[in-house]
Amino acid sequence: MTNNKIFQYIAWAAVALLGAATVGGIALNRGEPVNALWFVTAALCVYAIAYRFYAAWITSKVLLVDPTRATPAERLNNGHDFVPTNRWVVFGHHFAAIAGPGPLVGPTLAAQFGYLPGTLWILVGAVLGGCVQDMVTLFFSTRRNGRSLGQMARDELGAVGGIAALIATMLIMIILIAVLGLVVVNAMKHSPWATSTIAATIPVAMFIGLYMRNIRPGRVLEGSLLGVTLLLLSVAFGGWVDHQPVLHAWFDHPALPLAWAIIIYGFAAAILPVWLLLAPRDYLSTYMKLGTVVLLAIAIVWLQPTVKMPALTQFTDGTGPIFGGKLFPFAFIVIACGAISGFHSLISSGTTPKLLSNERDIRMIGYGGMALESFVAIMAVIAATVLDPGVFFAINSPAGVVGASAADAVAKISSWGFPVTAEQMHNLAQQMGEATLFARTGGAPSLAVGMASIFGSAFGSNMLALWYHFVIMFEAVFILTTLDAGTRVGRFMLQDILGNVWPKLGETSWLPSVLLTSGIIVAAWGYFLYIGVIDPTGGINILWPLFGISNQILAAIALSVATGILVKSGNLKNAWITGLPLTWLVIITSSAVWEKLTSDDVRVGFFAAAHNLSDKLAAGTLPPAKASVAPALIFNLQLDAALALFFAALLWLIVLDMLRICIRHLKGKPVPPLSEAPHQLTQLEEAAWARD
Amino acid sequence: MGARLGKLLRQSWRFVRQLSGDDAYERYLAHHVACHAETPPLSRKEYFQRQQQQKWSSIKRCC
Repeated sequence: MTNNKIFQYIAWAAVALLGAATVGGIALNRGEPVNALWFVTAALCVYAIAYRFYAAWITSKVLLVDPTRATPAERLNNGHDFVPTNRWVVFGHHFAAIAGPGPLVGPTLAAQFGYLPGTLWILVGAVLGGCVQDMVTLFFSTRRNGRSLGQMARDELGAVGGIAALIATMLIMIILIAVLGLVVVNAMKHSPWATSTIAATIPVAMFIGLYMRNIRPGRVLEGSLLGVTLLLLSVAFGGWVDHQPVLHAWFDHPALPLAWAIIIYGFAAAILPVWLLLAPRDYLSTYMKLGTVVLLAIAIVWLQPTVKMPALTQFTDGTGPIFGGKLFPFAFIVIACGAISGFHSLISSGTTPKLLSNERDIRMIGYGGMALESFVAIMAVIAATVLDPGVFFAINSPAGVVGASAADAVAKISSWGFPVTAEQMHNLAQQMGEATLFARTGGAPSLAVGMASIFGSAFGSNMLALWYHFVIMFEAVFILTTLDAGTRVGRFMLQDILGNVWPKLGETSWLPSVLLTSGIIVAAWGYFLYIGVIDPTGGINILWPLFGISNQILAAIALSVATGILVKSGNLKNAWITGLPLTWLVIITSSAVWEKLTSDDVRVGFFAAAHNLSDKLAAGTLPPAKASVAPALIFNLQLDAALALFFAALLWLIVLDMLRICIRHLKGKPVPPLSEAPHQLTQLEEAAWARD
Repeated sequence: MGARLGKLLRQSWRFVRQLSGDDAYERYLAHHVACHAETPPLSRKEYFQRQQQQKWSSIKRCC
């Protein structure tokens, strides 16, 4: 054994020891304040060990990654979508595509259980579930000429799998857009600063779109730099608007008109050409996102804030104010992105494989990309838990739970053992440049307060309000990008389906079809957004878990496809690498759906809530404002129940279909053949040896 | 030392341009000359428009 080898063993043993010590320290600590640096260290060690050993073992012993095999990017190189690309560039594109607002919102909401459940699930879920899903999907799609998840499901499992994947994708998109829209509405509610800043980002994006198309075509860096500068100025502009009495009134709106504005905006964005709004804003949001995440990491390491939330709160029993439901299964449902997110499988298949220059990069891009997103989720946990728990609950608890007046809310929250005063909340709101911070549900405002206090301490506390609105702007910009992109993709899928009925409707450039299908998609998410806004308990507590369930069911579909392929390729012995996370997802999503349908708790069970509301309505005990919206809420609860049931049915259908295929294969009966593209030696000279 | 630093800076700049897509047209031209030299290439503006249209007709961003 060489000295170098021995040194490597010692170094990895040290990383393992440090990881075990920090995770143990976080998990076993009770009562003592913990420094955020413990979380960062624990996370980095866990990712490093998992990447070095587990991911390496999977790629070399299970998937049999072959660096001498030509990738689709090389074989089908056409200079635009199939292009062999530098692996760091592919990593950048892949990460920018998978990392959205999800890993920031979920961990913030789940912090009601304390810091521990979220942290452990994000770490374990990512290294055993999410990273594996992203990596094996990327690998299997690369071996199949970059086919999409839906196509792979159809080829490998049959028509049932293909249709299930298509329907799941469309539904998850609708719920995702609705819940993200609600997050933005709640951040803009009665906040002229946030509203005017977010409004200003639209003309900024349009100007950059014109700039990149007509003034300086294709000069992406120049345009983006200009755009980012204008976005930063728009935060300052919002502050100026906030201080002008007339303008202040123009931008000061309750939630409902803001929701309508988002709905109209979403429709316009879906039918406008991409170069005008969607494409330029995507460039800007990507830079904002990367910049902010890096800045947050630096600030946390530099400042080393203390986590004030306890490891576990009493709300693990299901009585939490932010969303109802026990630790199991709801902590695992609420945190989807950051631990395991099915949506990633849509990027890992179809898009990223077309850029890979060598199969060897699959571990870094698939596994490493998700590990980095998981790290973003850990930082969101830190930003939520460095707040005083009383403040955290005051911001995130809906008025329907803690009471509409400040006095009621602080009394209720303090009675839980999380002291907070109305004066403290008032001062905080003033520092952040907001009228109030009570009941600002959705996770964005509390994340913004957390990040602003971290940034403020690290880079100047006299600018807290600027930092707060910078964070709100940064979240809104990429939420709106997801909203536009999602509506468009939903429209394409719908046109694809309707095209089977009447081919004319399938033409993506035929205006009547564009208007009709965009309208249907926008109406679908707009409905859930509208209900979320009129619901006095906040809407987020219903929509976010539903989103988590749908996202994880998509993950279960991806893992089913992967497990099926592993078994069919004679790898039954190792099929547990995807079978294990799949089993866990089936358990948590099925239990969550079961609870959502059968629980007697009105804050958990859809039917319980619907009965409760209709009884009160019949007895005439509801206040008039609530009585007028009650029928719509009752209908929505029943619709949500049907949707949850449908998701569960979809899940079981595809899992059983996969098992059927596996059993047939093991018995030697005919199954759909493996659709892997034939082996071809790479001609990329540098590919095999000279590139590292 | 200065030469090494200069090389590093040049490499980083090339990397940033590639990551952002700033050099996409130049790479397209190189590919075009290598593979389809018999047809005239698209102009920078046409290429950029086609690229964007294609990019946003499938799922490119998630949650």
